[in-house]
Amino acid sequence: MTRYASVLDLIGTTPIVDVSALSPKPNVTILAKLEGRNPAGSVKDRVALSLVEAAERDGVLIVGKPDQVLIEPSSGNTGIALAMVCRLRGYHLKVVLPSNVSPERRQLLLAWGAEIIDSPGTQGSNGAVRLAQRLSAEHPEWVFLYQYANPANPMVHYTTTGPEILADVPEITHFVAGLGTSGTLMGVGRYLKERRPDVQLWAIEPPSGEMVDGLRSLDDGFIPPIFTDNHGAQLLDRKVVVRPRESIEWTRRLTEVGLFVGLSSGAIMSGAVKCANTIGDDDEATIVTIVCDDGWKYLSTGAWSDDIDDVIERSKKIIYF
Amino acid sequence: MTASVRIPTVLRPAMGGDATVAVEGETIGEILGRLTTRHPAVKAQLLNDDGSLHRFLNVYVNDDDVRYLGGLEAPVANGDEITLLPAVAGGSL
Repeated sequence: MTRYASVLDLIGTTPIVDVSALSPKPNVTILAKLEGRNPAGSVKDRVALSLVEAAERDGVLIVGKPDQVLIEPSSGNTGIALAMVCRLRGYHLKVVLPSNVSPERRQLLLAWGAEIIDSPGTQGSNGAVRLAQRLSAEHPEWVFLYQYANPANPMVHYTTTGPEILADVPEITHFVAGLGTSGTLMGVGRYLKERRPDVQLWAIEPPSGEMVDGLRSLDDGFIPPIFTDNHGAQLLDRKVVVRPRESIEWTRRLTEVGLFVGLSSGAIMSGAVKCANTIGDDDEATIVTIVCDDGWKYLSTGAWSDDIDDVIERSKKIIYF
Repeated sequence: MTASVRIPTVLRPAMGGDATVAVEGETIGEILGRLTTRHPAVKAQLLNDDGSLHRFLNVYVNDDDVRYLGGLEAPVANGDEITLLPAVAGGSL
């Protein structure tokens, strides 16, 4: 077994597993890249380390200097990953978190020593972003890495996730991933398109727009600057929205191939199956999809055990996706 | 062609309060045009001054984002389900 100097060296180089037993077509292979294997438990470990290292290179953060404070909006994985990295580096992290996230996320943040600032639950992640922007403007001494706009977010996927996928799956025809900050799709997508222009990029959107009741008007909407900066609308080939029911159904079905995953990954798998259904019977296709994290943080949702209608109803009040 | 259009919570007050409305049209542009004729107050929420889709409005035909299917020219078939959703920051990020 390889020996590592730091847990941060365990980030990335994640395995890919064949989940074609769930493919609706025998001529379509579906492969899942298991990002839950990262040490803090999600694909966001890559992003968190990349954001911090870029800030250190730029002199925005200085290793060993006391009393350095970071602020970041997150409803889960980025906050948790950043909290782990900050703990190791000695930075104090304030995470702006919608008040209605699942209790596991809150506890993980506290476990890593982060401070939580609550934002209104009815405004979802939008509200967390706006509050973090306001607090950062009021406290220019705090470091605001802003995952939604920081080029170090897509860059780490361009330099690590993308090359890992192409090295392991040179026959890839489709890449299917979730659209959050858009960092994964922009970074991996650009890397793949530059080398395999025929690869189709599918973005899977969780049903956040349905869940967020706190918008006053459409002008309160939000598009991640990363998406615009990387010409996302031109880069992507398809974008589909996945409903809570499909997400939970596919989260459950993934246990048939031995994968216990978070609900966003169920949504993305549902999108991969939609993608597979568009392939002609005489065509071969290889879809690579992302499992963002494992299921542990979502146990309180009852997603695997409770009546699915009850879980869907609960998902309107608590941010699961 | 008659499609069923799902209205997001944020737009319902300006569109009669219904969660779902039936609208006729051959394309997404025609469907949105009929909606704004019925509810002129909502026009600025759906379309820009030049007639293009509002940047914070996502429109889906049977869950597929129309921006990748030809935009306002995207065809609509009888019985299609069209969903209007505001573009917001995603969930577990």
